[in-house]
Amino acid sequence: MTAPAAVPELEVGRRFFVVALGGAVGGLVLGVRMAPPVEAQGGLASQLLPTHFVKIGADGIVTIVCSRSEMGQGIRSSLPFVLADELGADFARVAIVQGDADARYGDQNTDGSHSVKDFYDVMRLAGATARSMLSSAAAARWGVPAERLIVHDHAVHDPATGKKAGFGELAEAAAALPVPDAKTVTLRPDAELVKSRGPLPFVDGPAFVTGKAAYGADIRLPGMLTAVIARPPVVGGRVKSLDDTKALAVPGVRKVVRMPELELPAKFQPLGGVAVVADHTWAALQGRKALVVEWDNGPNAAYDSEAYRLTLHAAVNAPGKVAREVGDVEKALAGAARVLTAEYHVAHLVHTPMEPPAAVARVSAGSCELWAPSQDPQTAQKEVATALGIEPAKVTLHVTYLGGGFGRKSKPDFIVEAALLSKAAGAPVRVQWTREDDVQHGYYHAVSTQRIDAGLDAEQKLVAWRHRVASPSIGSTFDKKVDRAAGWELQGLNDLPLTAKAVRFESCEARAHVRIGWLRSVYNINHCFAAQSFIGELAAATGRDPKAVLLDTLGPARQLTAQEVGMKELENAPAGHPIDVGRLRHVIERVAEISGWDAARRAGKAVGIAAHRSFLSYIAAVVAASLDDKKQLRIDDVWMVADVGRMANADRVRSQMEGAVVFGLSLALYGRITAKEGAIQQKNFDDYPLVRIFEAPRTRVELVDSRAPHAGAGEPGVPPIAPALANAIFALTGKRLREIPFARAL
Amino acid sequence: MSTLKLNVNGVEHTVEADPEMPLLWALRDIVGLTGTKYGCGEAYCGACTVHLDGMAVRSCITPVSAAAKQKVTTIEGLSNGGNHPLQKAWCELGVPQCGFCQPGQIMSAAALLDANPRPTDADIDKALGGNLCRCGCYQRIREAVHTAARQPAKGAAR
Repeated sequence: MTAPAAVPELEVGRRFFVVALGGAVGGLVLGVRMAPPVEAQGGLASQLLPTHFVKIGADGIVTIVCSRSEMGQGIRSSLPFVLADELGADFARVAIVQGDADARYGDQNTDGSHSVKDFYDVMRLAGATARSMLSSAAAARWGVPAERLIVHDHAVHDPATGKKAGFGELAEAAAALPVPDAKTVTLRPDAELVKSRGPLPFVDGPAFVTGKAAYGADIRLPGMLTAVIARPPVVGGRVKSLDDTKALAVPGVRKVVRMPELELPAKFQPLGGVAVVADHTWAALQGRKALVVEWDNGPNAAYDSEAYRLTLHAAVNAPGKVAREVGDVEKALAGAARVLTAEYHVAHLVHTPMEPPAAVARVSAGSCELWAPSQDPQTAQKEVATALGIEPAKVTLHVTYLGGGFGRKSKPDFIVEAALLSKAAGAPVRVQWTREDDVQHGYYHAVSTQRIDAGLDAEQKLVAWRHRVASPSIGSTFDKKVDRAAGWELQGLNDLPLTAKAVRFESCEARAHVRIGWLRSVYNINHCFAAQSFIGELAAATGRDPKAVLLDTLGPARQLTAQEVGMKELENAPAGHPIDVGRLRHVIERVAEISGWDAARRAGKAVGIAAHRSFLSYIAAVVAASLDDKKQLRIDDVWMVADVGRMANADRVRSQMEGAVVFGLSLALYGRITAKEGAIQQKNFDDYPLVRIFEAPRTRVELVDSRAPHAGAGEPGVPPIAPALANAIFALTGKRLREIPFARAL
Repeated sequence: MSTLKLNVNGVEHTVEADPEMPLLWALRDIVGLTGTKYGCGEAYCGACTVHLDGMAVRSCITPVSAAAKQKVTTIEGLSNGGNHPLQKAWCELGVPQCGFCQPGQIMSAAALLDANPRPTDADIDKALGGNLCRCGCYQRIREAVHTAARQPAKGAAR
């Protein structure tokens, strides 16, 4: 290698010229926080601390803690401003700091699209509490009743006298007051919260575009070493023999460390293997290459994902455990004028966040300090404590920016690795996963085979729906006995509205042979793909408009009951979030409207539609596809209508939906992880491709102005994309694609 | 090991390194500039994009020795305080989600605008085709390049 790196086999130009050279930067960066520490905002003594979420310094700076991890959903530009608006703060004088792992923040597991749903009210209350204390301090100073004071523009005002006092002036006196009981704190009327409804500051934008945002991989500590790990190729495998002579001879390599062996079930434990600890990443990588390791591949060594497909196929062709049942589906199928049957398959997927897992640990005498891109900092804290044999209170975890998460970074195996290696090396250690490590040693999205049988009567009305699923459970990662998807894992099926009077959903056996884990939208991806594709098939079989068949299949506007669904109690329907078919119908009707569905069909354009309720939100999508002059599939447009209830930051919700389109297209076109002899066969973005800019369609998102309670935004946009595309491809080519990824069949 | 002189963002650095060490790791681990990201190590994703004498290259497969005689520009040196038109447009339009790929996207886009101040959607797709974004910010990236080029963005059209 002597020439500058050429860009490989991609249509990318790179014949460009010099830009102006910028400022001088040198030396190692000690960049461990996303914003100045709270202490830098003023002395602690002068700070108001009505809750753990907000501090006000004598300088008037309002410091708000974001306790949820930032992984691209823009949570740092959302929740804190709810607090700030309730408080009456000037947004320009608000600083956001990222919360460490700390049970005082409540749940920090940034997974399942519930940050705003669960913390909107918490933020309101924290802001109102601080406002109440500032008012009380001003009332005492002026000798007037607090009730007549109002708070806005970063100050407390007395309308009767025209007096005002800024937050900074009042902070010290307010801090001396007792924190009022939550029951006595009054929230502002919603109508007063005007500022947080408008465009909000994009707090991390400048850090993102200048390279200053510190992700897990960017943390630098004095004396820090870097480790890469050769992990067993098969989950549950172990080192049979090791020769590290050559590795230790690589300049810069300090140490070779045998990782503890993994005992199945895998849970959140590190996978084991051999770590090479070095002065820097390149030496560690060269050292790992020089290791001579013989592996014992263990109990999963026979896993072959192609053979497993036949196992799943057989499983859905026999009865499974009933999860949901109404009426007698067998009788209804037997008596139907016509029965349609189809089988669908979704391959394993993997997260591939742009930042592969990386974490930094500094272990010293009975304690551990960590910097990590964690979606679930408190779980990471506990797992590290267990691995080191110390109390969780002795483990400090600073949450960095996450260079994408998608569920991968809610699993702390990589963070535990850093802690174990820092202890072994007696120095701060950064563990760096390569892309190959990420693809080959992930927690995989559950592969799924589904068979649907539907009965139609003589008038083509749906009378029976039997739906069998064979898909390994995420539960299997924690308990070897778990042999199939169950309970919440049937998401999107256990709340699917159906007009058929006889329905039955069954879960069939599917044992896991890799670590199965959450991936953005989780089982909804599989279930929405099958159900919404099948509804498209019903339309084709009956020669009807797919949108009309979709609406008819879901039935009229109503709230589903456990009795109608055929379960003892409803799933995915917590208080305030009924399964509202009217909202689902509304997004379908709106997306048909904005996409010009009827006109497009009349004009012979290939359009496909799908809709899904997940994470308590309602999304419908239309995809328009065509063939280019080389007869290659081209995805021209995607329209999406999203009803996520109320929103804390509409622009970030919109960007999540735009991103969900691309995420959904990537998995639909290319998503496929396979295993042979227990080992994952894909390695990098060449054999696990993602959609690129030249494949990304025009996307238009309409957000429903809903007054329903806040619901999920990060995940629910993904599931309808694959079936909407499958339905568009059918309209385009007459070919029904029942298997993800589609690219193999195109 | 060799002693190499590296000019990064206008500053000379003396670097002790294996000449085969990719420029990416020299920048991140030796020079201490972590704005340039590791995403794949094989030039598939573009997160590591920097300029060598103004040319956009993937630093993850460029040996540090090959960069020694050229001017290296990283995201930290693209502008003073983030005032490059692309950086401003990126913030204005709320392009980034997680932000991790954006230094690479911006470096590719900056090289494009230097060569072609008024790119079409097709030009943008070509120049940024090597930069992956897992969050899926592509539509806003296109709009922001147009904004920076002071060319009326054609809506979301490509």
